[in-house]
Amino acid sequence: MIEMGRSLLFPSLRSGNATGVLLRAWTAFKSTSWATVASGFMEPVLYLLAMGMGMGALVGDVVGPDGNPMSYAAYIAPALLTTSAMNGAVYESTWNVFFKLRFGKIYQVMLQTPMGPMDIALGEVGWALLRGLAYGVAFMVVAFVMGLVTSLWALLMVPVALLVALGFAGFGMGITSYLTNFRQMDVVGFVMLPMFLFSATLYPITVYPEWIQWVVKVMPLWHGVELMRGLSIGYVTWGSLGHLAYFLVMAGVGLTLMTLRLRKLFLR
Amino acid sequence: MTASPTVIHAADLMKVYGKLRAVDGINFEVREGESFGLLGPNGAGKSTTMRMIGGTLIRDGGTLEVLGLDPDKDGPLIRANLGVVPQQDYLDEELRVAENLTMYGRYFGLPYSYLRPKVAELLEFAKLTDRAKANVEELSGGMKRRLVIARGLINDPRILLLDEPTTGLDPQARHIVWDQLYRLKERGVTLIVTTHFMDEAEQLCERLIVMDNGQIKAEGRPMALIREYSTPEVLELRFGVGRNEELLPQLEGIGERHELLADRLLLYVRDGDAALSEVARRGITPLTSLVRRSSLEDVFLRLTGRSLIE
Ligand SMILES: Nc1ncnc2c1ncn2[C@@H]1O[C@H](COP(=O)(O)OP(=O)(O)O)[C@@H](O)[C@H]1O
Ligand SMILES: [Mg+2]
Repeated sequence: MIEMGRSLLFPSLRSGNATGVLLRAWTAFKSTSWATVASGFMEPVLYLLAMGMGMGALVGDVVGPDGNPMSYAAYIAPALLTTSAMNGAVYESTWNVFFKLRFGKIYQVMLQTPMGPMDIALGEVGWALLRGLAYGVAFMVVAFVMGLVTSLWALLMVPVALLVALGFAGFGMGITSYLTNFRQMDVVGFVMLPMFLFSATLYPITVYPEWIQWVVKVMPLWHGVELMRGLSIGYVTWGSLGHLAYFLVMAGVGLTLMTLRLRKLFLR
Repeated sequence: MTASPTVIHAADLMKVYGKLRAVDGINFEVREGESFGLLGPNGAGKSTTMRMIGGTLIRDGGTLEVLGLDPDKDGPLIRANLGVVPQQDYLDEELRVAENLTMYGRYFGLPYSYLRPKVAELLEFAKLTDRAKANVEELSGGMKRRLVIARGLINDPRILLLDEPTTGLDPQARHIVWDQLYRLKERGVTLIVTTHFMDEAEQLCERLIVMDNGQIKAEGRPMALIREYSTPEVLELRFGVGRNEELLPQLEGIGERHELLADRLLLYVRDGDAALSEVARRGITPLTSLVRRSSLEDVFLRLTGRSLIE
């Protein structure tokens, strides 16, 4: 007989053993094709190389957040870092969670053990965070090697990448919980690509009419990009705090949504 | 002899899906060390009941106590001492055979020092030691089922829930699984088995409930149920398509009652051979005839007017 203590918080939803989810994810991850994993990381790096060096040669210097000129590569690098963290978190929390939920029946098996829905949710968010963080850090190293990191403030980009990942992971899982087939999953890509292209990643949003600018500002990626770009050159303002707040709220809403969906998702 | 403690107690247990009452107010009790069966056709509510016991499905009414706890409130704590063999195997295809057991043990938070010998022991028990490193897809249906049963034992559970343990297996594979379950029974593990096979219920269950449409139709030991709801023997007669009903009036008075099925006629009798002689004496010649013992199938037919397997 197993002696197990009752969890203090939410004893009906968790055993406190969320690490089981991480272990399962890691074990399966080790045997997935590295191409899949690498592509999530390579995409922004390729953008940096192609756009930063290619377009950069064409455009020359651009105006940075603080009004001073900066190289085009340095301008887009923080945006791509943010995108990297977002991609890692979104991929895990949507596609992988969707597959484990609807096809692999991984969670059904976990739920036969002491693990509860909340262990699963926390474990998956943790895993998505790790992936987002790994992408973020790897990209940071590339940017550093290319001489695009110029301020100590830039070190803060790592925890911010984690926060960006948290916001997207919680939200992604919440959304995924509503989806039941692959066709609906396409919606994720349908939102992600335009968001990447329009969110001041490759050029300032001031080129757009005002109403488009507002749409972009409502979406999360722009806030991440603005925050990161400022940090990369040590230009921190009240606006930065606003962007930070956006992600804190997004993470909070995402995690709440996910928790509310848990019973519906797993205990029906 | 003192009675063993009650490990599961259900009172007016209920689960509703929209308008459908999947489990419609059932009452039962299971004692420690017992092998208890839920017998009923597809859709009777057996799996739903099993899932409520493990706390992975929230009930809509009634009370349920498992190992003294409420599954809706203490699911994780209950499941720590529960073994679950679900209707579908749900093996992890991204992991190898032995890894499936180890990983499952990790979900329980069990340490590797415990799991290493335990996994070896369970592979031996499931006769899968030589397949430890195989991919799950390479296993036959019977092997997968044995692995799933072994997986359910990783935590030395006090109660093992088996949802249709042998559905979809060929006869030989079924017997190997049954053998596995007898050994557990001897070790004193409490078994809860759902099945729609009456022979499985007779083989494995000391006591069972007969379920239909979410309700309990009868409860008792298999032999007692057969004695109560059926005659000792059954005479099965076939007269060919459409003719069974036609001949019914001529058989009047033979046996205590009859059931008319699509392909045959069942006469419930005390003595099958004597009844068959009486049929011959009346000059009636069926295409085929068969005398057999009454089974739980007959109990179900009597209680619901339908066969277990449709
Ligand atoms: N998630 C669900 N949503 C709606 N109906 C369900 C669900 N699960 C089971 N049912 C219905 O509940 C009834 C009982 O199902 P189940 O417990 O699986 O039966 P059994 O295991 O005895 O075959 C069936 O009619 C089934 O269709
Ligand atoms: Mg079932």
